[in-house]
Amino acid sequence: MNKSLIQLILVHFKTFFREPAILFWAVLFPIIMVWVLGVAFSNKGESLRTVYVTGESVVPEKITGEKVLGKETGNVYRIKFQKASEPEAIRAVKRGLITLFIEVKGDSLIYHFDPLNSDAQLTHLILERSIADINAKNTSIDPLQATGTRYIDFLIPGMIAMGIMNSCIWGIGWSLIESRMKKLLRRMVATPLEKPIFFTSHMIVRIILGTLETILLIVFSYLYFGTRITGSIPAFITVFLAGIFAFAGIAILMASRTSKTEVANGLVNAVTLPMMILSGIFFNYHNFPDWAIPIIQALPLTLVADSIRSIFIEGAGFMEVLRPVSILCIIGLVTFSAGLRVFKWY
Amino acid sequence: MIQTVLVTLGGSCKKLSLCYSYVAHKINKQKTALDAYISPDYIETLMSKTPTIEITEVTKTFKDITAVNNLSLTIYEGEFVALLGPNGAGKTTLIEMIEGIQKPDRGNISILGMNWKEHEHSLHHLIGLSLQETKFIDKITTEETLNLFGSFYKLEKKRTEEILELIDLQEKRKAYTVNLSGGQRQRLAIGIALLNNPRILLLDEPTTGLDPGARREIWKILEKLRSDFNTTMILTTHYMEEAEYLCERILIMDRGKFIAAGTLDELNARHGEGDLIEIAFENDFDISELNLPGIKKLKWLTGQSRAEIFVDNIAEVLPSVISAAKAKNIKVSELSSRKMTLDDLFISMTGRHLNE
Repeated sequence: MNKSLIQLILVHFKTFFREPAILFWAVLFPIIMVWVLGVAFSNKGESLRTVYVTGESVVPEKITGEKVLGKETGNVYRIKFQKASEPEAIRAVKRGLITLFIEVKGDSLIYHFDPLNSDAQLTHLILERSIADINAKNTSIDPLQATGTRYIDFLIPGMIAMGIMNSCIWGIGWSLIESRMKKLLRRMVATPLEKPIFFTSHMIVRIILGTLETILLIVFSYLYFGTRITGSIPAFITVFLAGIFAFAGIAILMASRTSKTEVANGLVNAVTLPMMILSGIFFNYHNFPDWAIPIIQALPLTLVADSIRSIFIEGAGFMEVLRPVSILCIIGLVTFSAGLRVFKWY
Repeated sequence: MIQTVLVTLGGSCKKLSLCYSYVAHKINKQKTALDAYISPDYIETLMSKTPTIEITEVTKTFKDITAVNNLSLTIYEGEFVALLGPNGAGKTTLIEMIEGIQKPDRGNISILGMNWKEHEHSLHHLIGLSLQETKFIDKITTEETLNLFGSFYKLEKKRTEEILELIDLQEKRKAYTVNLSGGQRQRLAIGIALLNNPRILLLDEPTTGLDPGARREIWKILEKLRSDFNTTMILTTHYMEEAEYLCERILIMDRGKFIAAGTLDELNARHGEGDLIEIAFENDFDISELNLPGIKKLKWLTGQSRAEIFVDNIAEVLPSVISAAKAKNIKVSELSSRKMTLDDLFISMTGRHLNE
């Protein structure tokens, strides 16, 4: 075999194993991701679905308390029925706590859910099958079509939040690392350029680009899906700016040392991927175990996504988002100053 | 001074013309003094000049390598100084300490009476520099890059025009930096270094990896600075022609130390072994048997048919070698002779090539 080929392969192996950072991102990180996702999706049979029951105060026994259904299919579902008022049920759907509720009306049952949400459909099928003998003739489906209860209404605020995050992490973080790699940072710092100006320029660019991206997304979803912002627009702008500040800080901290693109790649993914999965962008984070929920809720992406969601869907105003906005500002401040302290210009 | 190139069989014309231009350059060249070995003639000239950069007992260590080992050096206004040495000699570390990019572990660097700790802002305005292999933002044009860096010095866009003309890149003003050739990119780097009309120019390997044509373009720009602006310049290089051509003072560096300093002639006089004859015979011919006076060193390249002869004076040795060969009926198949180059000098001092 070709000697130089073997040597090359050896050298590649050596560089790989001698670079602890690469080793971590390439080997350990995927394992951690698998573990996290495993926690969220494994033991599906044991997972608990909550279904709200509204309407008349007297309801059939079959739809009270906690029931184990679907035993005969070999796939066991635990369903918890809970009495609630209709507004409570609608709010729970909007927040993603439940996907379906049953309205008891006389001797008929009306299922309320978004037929486009496959998870809701599955719950409906399980229920239909198991409690059919209550009153088979009189069940009906009332699709939830009101704005704010559909999956798309859940998704769009999350997409805006994710856009803010990706724009900052990729835009600022990647560009800093690339400039360091090309020795551009070194060249720039040898001029009278003032360092705060350099970082501010990055943040301003992100605010402008982020605004454009967000407006595009909102206009599109308004025209296509009829999504509206039901809450306060100034509150939304505040959340948006606080989000950019927090993620710009995170990006600068992330990009403060390395000049290797391989490491940069890993870092960017390490910051963005877990949040994209955990923070309830695509599906509700209440599927994760209870102990994980407070941690997930403290993630910057969750803070941004939940705040925007409450403004868009639940009509929240300035006061409701004050707490997440302050936390975001603190995250931004801490990561920014830590990043500047350890920042390597060359 | 005799500069001869004897070309017999298979001699190369290239060598001849190179040597010729070298001689022409030599004649125009003004001699200046060394730092480490100031000859009495130049003390007066130097006293009248202001020291621009004073480096005192500077040391810089990385992990287990001492990159710069207790160096002292004074550079005077308007001087062009070359730091010549192979990769890893410590040239970049030394120049980056002068640039304020790296901090010395020990010792002191004073530039126009200022230091980096207290006068960073003023020094940034006085110094222009180009780093080894700077890349620019790919999809930004030449003109935009100059405007960007100009803005760091708070300069008008008019300055960009002046620089584009100086570095002869007007035609490439709209080209993305990623599409520039190596020489063009390096000219842009020098253009950026010149934006603020620096009094001191620090260039780290400005022509490494460039073809001879591109190299000459850069030399032209730098020559102009000497004549028009009295700029003080330090450049690092591992091309001895570059050091010879551009700089009146050459400092040869190896393993963090200066191993020689002076003008080319002074270096040769002090360390060199005079002229060099490369000769090849059709049969083996042991020159050492002749016991010729004036041969300082004899180095066989292949058996006893090809040799490098280090001599004091070509004119004394060469005719005797050729007539001795003729007497023994041995044909000379190749012959060239030249003055010692800095590379020969470096090899004789360290046993390695400059651009190794």
